[in-house]
Amino acid sequence: MAVTTAPAHATGVWGTIWQGITRSTSGFIGLCLVLGVLLFSFVGPLFVDPANPTDVAKIWGAPNAEHWLGTNHEGKDTFTQLVLGGREPIWVGFVAALITVAIAVVLGAVAGYVRGRIDHFLLQVTDITMTVPFIVLMLVIASFYRTSSPLVVSFIIGLVTWPFLMRSIRAQVLSLKEREFIEAARLQDLGTARILFVEVLPNMAGYIFINFIIAITNAIYAVVGMYLLGLLPSTADNWGLMIQQAWDNNAFLLPQAAPFLIAPMVMIMLFQIGLVTMTRSLEQALNPRLRDR
Amino acid sequence: MATELAAAPPPDTGDAGPSTSRKTTLLRRIWRNHLFVKVRKAVVVVFVVANATFFLGRAMPGDPIDVMAGRLTQGGMSMEEARAIAMHSLAYDPDAPLLRQWWEFFVGLLTFDFGGTINRPGVGVTEAIGAYLPWTLFSIGVGTLIAIGLGLTLGMVMAYRRNKVIDHVLSVLASVLGAIPNYLIAMVLVVCGGMYLGWFDPIDLRGTLSPGVEPGFTPTFVGDAFYHAALPILTYVLAIIGTWMLVMKASTTEVLGEDYVTVARARGLPDTRIATAYVGRNAVLPLVAQIAISFGTLVGGAIFVEQVLVYKGVGGLLLDAVHYRDYPLLQGLLVIITSCVVVANLISDLLYSRLDPRIQN
Repeated sequence: MAVTTAPAHATGVWGTIWQGITRSTSGFIGLCLVLGVLLFSFVGPLFVDPANPTDVAKIWGAPNAEHWLGTNHEGKDTFTQLVLGGREPIWVGFVAALITVAIAVVLGAVAGYVRGRIDHFLLQVTDITMTVPFIVLMLVIASFYRTSSPLVVSFIIGLVTWPFLMRSIRAQVLSLKEREFIEAARLQDLGTARILFVEVLPNMAGYIFINFIIAITNAIYAVVGMYLLGLLPSTADNWGLMIQQAWDNNAFLLPQAAPFLIAPMVMIMLFQIGLVTMTRSLEQALNPRLRDR
Repeated sequence: MATELAAAPPPDTGDAGPSTSRKTTLLRRIWRNHLFVKVRKAVVVVFVVANATFFLGRAMPGDPIDVMAGRLTQGGMSMEEARAIAMHSLAYDPDAPLLRQWWEFFVGLLTFDFGGTINRPGVGVTEAIGAYLPWTLFSIGVGTLIAIGLGLTLGMVMAYRRNKVIDHVLSVLASVLGAIPNYLIAMVLVVCGGMYLGWFDPIDLRGTLSPGVEPGFTPTFVGDAFYHAALPILTYVLAIIGTWMLVMKASTTEVLGEDYVTVARARGLPDTRIATAYVGRNAVLPLVAQIAISFGTLVGGAIFVEQVLVYKGVGGLLLDAVHYRDYPLLQGLLVIITSCVVVANLISDLLYSRLDPRIQN
C-alpha cells in the first residue's frame, strides 16, 4: 500500500482548491462576487416580506425610498422580487451541474478505463448527441413537457449537457491509467471499481470541480434562456422570469421601468462573471503550465 | 475528434487487392478512406438524429390535434366538436399506424422531401425552413468570421505583450465577455445603445428586412440585410470573441516557446514574418477543430438572441414547430440543423488535414 494516490496530503483537495481560488486577485474578486450573490439570494429572503402585493396605483413606479428599485408592471416591489428571485435559477444550476458531472464522470471513467465495446458505444452516443446543438434538444424536451418543477428542469439540462465533459474525463482517465501508481494498484488486484473511484478519480478532483463550476454557469444560462422564451411556466419569483416579463412589456423603452429589467440582468451577470473568474484562477493553480499564459 | 477516429476500427476496405502498382492505389485509398469514413459517419449521425426526432416527438404528450382542439375549446366549444374541426383542418391523422407514419417520413428523408407543414396550410417544410434558415446562417456566419478574425489577432497581441498592461486589460475583458450569456449581451446593447445613448432605434432594427425591400443582389437589399442583422452580428461577436482571444493567447504562448521560433529569430528573420508564418500558423492549427464545435453551440444560442432581438431566423420557427407539435416541420428543422453542424465539422476536418498533413494517418 506504499504507492497510492499522490496528492492526498493533509490539506486535501479542498485546500488546493481554496488556494487556487484565492492565490490571484481576480480569483478572489470572483469568489467575493459569487459569495455576495449567494448571500443576497439565500440569506436575503429572511429579511424581506415574501408577500409582495400587486398595487394598481403603482404600476411602473420610479425608484424611491419605499421601493428602492421602483415597482413593476403589476405594481409589485422590484427589490423584493430581486431578493426572492435568485434562489431558483441558482438552485437549478447547481442540481443540473451535479447531474451533468455525475453522468460525465461515471461514463467517462468507465469508458476510458474499461475501453472495449462499452467505450466504443459511448463514443458513438456522444458523437451523435454532440452534433445536435444541446440547446435545441433541451428546448424541444422542455417545451413538450411544460414542467413547472425546478428539479425536472435541472434533470433535462443535466441529461443533455454531459457529452462534452464525458469526452474530456475519458481522455484524462486514458492518460492517468498509464501512470505507475495505477499500475501498482492493478498489480495488487484491487478491483476496477476501487481503482477507478479511489485511485483514478481523486487525482482529477480539481479538474472535475472546475468543470462543475462551468456546468453551473451553463445550466444557469440554459434555465434563464428557457424563461426568456417563455417555455417554463411562471410560478415563483425568478430572475429569468423578471427579465422575460420586463422584455415582453418593452421595459427598455420606459426609463422608470429600467430597474426591473436591469437589476436581474446585473445579478445574473455578476454571478456568471464571478464563477468564470474563479475557474480561471483555479485552472492556473492546478495546471502550472498555464501559469505563464 | 481526430484521435477518436484513429481509435475506431479501420473501415471495411475489403481485401488488399492485387499488389500491382500497390503504392499509388494504397495512397489513394487512404486518402479516400479518410474522407469516406467521415462522410459515412456524418450520414449515420444525421440518420440517427432524424429517427430520434421522429420518435421523440411522438412519445411526448400531446399531438397537433390536441393543441388545436385545446385552443378551440377555450372559445367555448365542446371537446368532440373541437377535435372534429381540428382533424378536418390539419393535415395530420393521429390514428394512422406509427409504422406507416414512419415509412412516409423515411421515404421523405431519403428523397429530401419533408412533406407539408401541419400548421401552415399550403407551405412545405423545405419552403418554410428556406425562408428562415438563411438569415440565421448569415448572421451567425458573419458574426463568427469577425469574432474569429479579431479574436485571433487580439490573442496574438496578448501573447506577445504578455504581462503588460494591454494583456491584463484584454484578459479581464475577454473573461467578462465570455461569462455573460449572449442574450443578456443583446439586451445590454439594446438598453445602452438604444435607450440611454440613442444611437439607434431598437424597434426599427427588428425583423430581417424593412417592408418593401425586395430580395436580390441590389445595394438596397444588402444594405438593409446588414442594417437589420447588425445587432445580432454584434451580439455574436461580443459573445464569442472572448473565448477566442484567450484560447489564441494560450496557443500562441506555447508556440512562442518552441525551438523553431528561437531559431527563426536567431536567423534574423523579420518579426512580421516570424509572427505570421512561424507563430501564427502553428498557433491557429489546434484551434481549427474548435470552429466547427463553436458553430453548433452558436446555432443553439442563436435561438435566444433571435427571440430577444426579434430577428426572424430559424429559432422562432423551431419554437413554433414545438409549440404546435408540427412534427414534419420539427423533423425537417432538426435534420437540417444537424446537417449544418455535420457539414461544418466535415469542412473543418478537411481544412485541418489540409493545413496539417500529419493528422491524416
